[in-house]
Amino acid sequence: MDQHKGLEGPMLPILHALQATFGHLPEAAMRLVAEMLNLTRAEVHGVVSFYHDFRAVPAGRHMLKICRAEACQSMGGEAAARALLDRLGLEWGGTTPDGRLTIEATYCLGLCATAPAAMLDGRVAGRLDPAGLDALEQEAQP
Amino acid sequence: MTPRLYIPRDAAAIAVGAEAVTKAIEAETNARGLGIEIVRTGSRGLFWLEPMVEVETRDGRIGYGPVTPGDVPGLLDSGFLDGAAHPLRVGRPEDLPFLSRQTRLTFARCGIVDPLSLDDYRAHGGYRGLQRALSLGPAGTIEEVARSGLRGRGGAGFPTGVKWRTVAEAPAAQKYIVCNADEGDSGTFADRMLMEGDPFAVIEGITIAGLAVGASKGFIYIRSEYPDAIAAFAKAARAAYENDCLGPRIAGSAFGFDLELRVGAGAYVCGEETALLESLEGKRGQVRAKPPLPAHKGLFGQPTVINNLVSLATVPGILADGAETYAALGFGRSRGSMPIQLAGNVKHGGLFEAAFGLTLGEIIDDIGGGTATGRPVRAVQAGGPLGAYFPPALFDTPYDYEAFAARDGLIGHGGLVVFDDQVDMARQARFALEFCAIESCGKCTPCRLGSTRGVEVIDRIIAGKDASANLALIEDLCHTMKFGSLCALGGFTPYPVMSAINNFPEDFGRKAAAAA
Ligand SMILES: Cc1cc2nc3c(=O)[nH]c(=O)nc-3n(C[C@H](O)[C@H](O)[C@H](O)COP(=O)(O)O)c2cc1C
Ligand code: SF4
Ligand code: FES
Repeated sequence: MDQHKGLEGPMLPILHALQATFGHLPEAAMRLVAEMLNLTRAEVHGVVSFYHDFRAVPAGRHMLKICRAEACQSMGGEAAARALLDRLGLEWGGTTPDGRLTIEATYCLGLCATAPAAMLDGRVAGRLDPAGLDALEQEAQP
Repeated sequence: MTPRLYIPRDAAAIAVGAEAVTKAIEAETNARGLGIEIVRTGSRGLFWLEPMVEVETRDGRIGYGPVTPGDVPGLLDSGFLDGAAHPLRVGRPEDLPFLSRQTRLTFARCGIVDPLSLDDYRAHGGYRGLQRALSLGPAGTIEEVARSGLRGRGGAGFPTGVKWRTVAEAPAAQKYIVCNADEGDSGTFADRMLMEGDPFAVIEGITIAGLAVGASKGFIYIRSEYPDAIAAFAKAARAAYENDCLGPRIAGSAFGFDLELRVGAGAYVCGEETALLESLEGKRGQVRAKPPLPAHKGLFGQPTVINNLVSLATVPGILADGAETYAALGFGRSRGSMPIQLAGNVKHGGLFEAAFGLTLGEIIDDIGGGTATGRPVRAVQAGGPLGAYFPPALFDTPYDYEAFAARDGLIGHGGLVVFDDQVDMARQARFALEFCAIESCGKCTPCRLGSTRGVEVIDRIIAGKDASANLALIEDLCHTMKFGSLCALGGFTPYPVMSAINNFPEDFGRKAAAAA
């Protein structure tokens, strides 16, 4: 955190670093940031809640982000995603009961010419037909 | 001589197996005792051929693609290290119509050079632009950019030279350059390709902007959905610092410039310039009312140039080769070249940089080759999630800012997303409103609440309930959003919605005959 404190506009770099360390942004972390940047807790909370990336509660051990934007829709991405969610009994944003995997929607990964696309723990994948998406999900072990 | 192979490290190539192919080639050549050299490049932008492996031969580079790890032993057996025949051989990439028909200026080096080698960058014309800018001086540099006719490639098409002049004339001790690499539009990947394939062009463009307007500090704001681009760009920036291409004495001159990389946090609206500035300042990414313009009061209240990444990466070439060369290309008031991004359900998806003026039909049918599924093309969404859906009946529209605007469409950041005849346009209209609801910054009621309301109304239409009354409601709602929104997220969402309704009435429970 100290490393980022001297930056111009340090808030987002600090929040990214904290989330990278803890996996989410617990109440205590937000309080710490508020103290450090001389802001109210409500102000920090306002920033955290605005951005889709920041989460107040922990996610699963693996994170699968599936693109739901137009280019991926045009290649059947929605149906493949729906089938996977149904098989796992999840909704968008849900985590498997064993805490293995969270599936989130994302809107474009810049892989629109190799659609449908997804990203598992920061690793990109494209041309995901239903079988390909299932295989990707299986890589999230344990 | 050790055979030299070129394999892209572009994220889209990685997404379809470039890493596995690289490993397979290394393992198989090792097992056979063959020495090779592998250079990791960006992508040429022929994504249907990725992963494409190129081999250096006496006749130039010969491409093979799309390669899978399982193809590697067979490729080696048939002598592909010498460019020999094989079913995956595509010949010299430059000779493929998809590349030979392009005019590559901004993307001249992408897919060819080693993106992390400054020597390679210089050997391919890099830093000639900055040298010329240093000799022209700030005013001369701005004049050159203005005369090139370059308009912002982020979406609004505002003349870059005018923006720079405004910041140059604003008196302030501290000014900033901000490179907008938030690239949130579905169907676009030009910024990403340049960060991964030619990052020094971006750095050179940002540096020239700083020199021109008198700014000593720049930020690049890259979306978090691009981890590969972030890593590639960070490495390039480090190399630039180590070689005096960034820092206190650039290229041995008295000009100093610092560049900082910042990562977004998953908010489409942060691509809007004022929301991006708020986000850089560490706040919620809410849109600011204009005026004041960022050029007068931008980042931390200081005069700020905020430009799209492609706009900035185009500047070095304009300075190196002269404004006239650039302005000689194009159509009407759209000068120069545009990196068109062909995406979605298209046979030949990829990056096609060309002078403005091709028709939409030429781009989709001739260059794109129609759909990937082989079914008829039914709709093309141009310009991202806020852009209109065009039916084939409007394929005579020339690719040009004004011609698209005249048909209630936009070029935006250059994305074209193709759909086949399986698409349900009522669902697409619903998605446009849903996306607006998800990504709204919350400042204006029509955008925040109108979009959610619109989703409910479209759901009733999809359920077959009173189509004409509900369509009238949607039209009303779109009117309110168009005129009651502060920025284009709320203001342009009506384009995809109304174009879907007007161009594809049969999907909304109306007869096609009502289209006219
Ligand atoms: C909702 C919204 C999202 C936008 N997203 C982007 C973006 O991702 N990248 C971008 O360069 N411009 C984006 N823009 C346009 C910017 O506001 C701005 O016009 C652009 O950065 C200016 O640079 P240019 O003149 O070089 O195009 C967006 C605009 C709106 C309204
Ligand atoms: S139109 Fe929507 S996104 Fe734009 S300023 Fe208003 S509420 Fe925010
Ligand atoms: S729309 Fe899915 S990657 Fe771009």
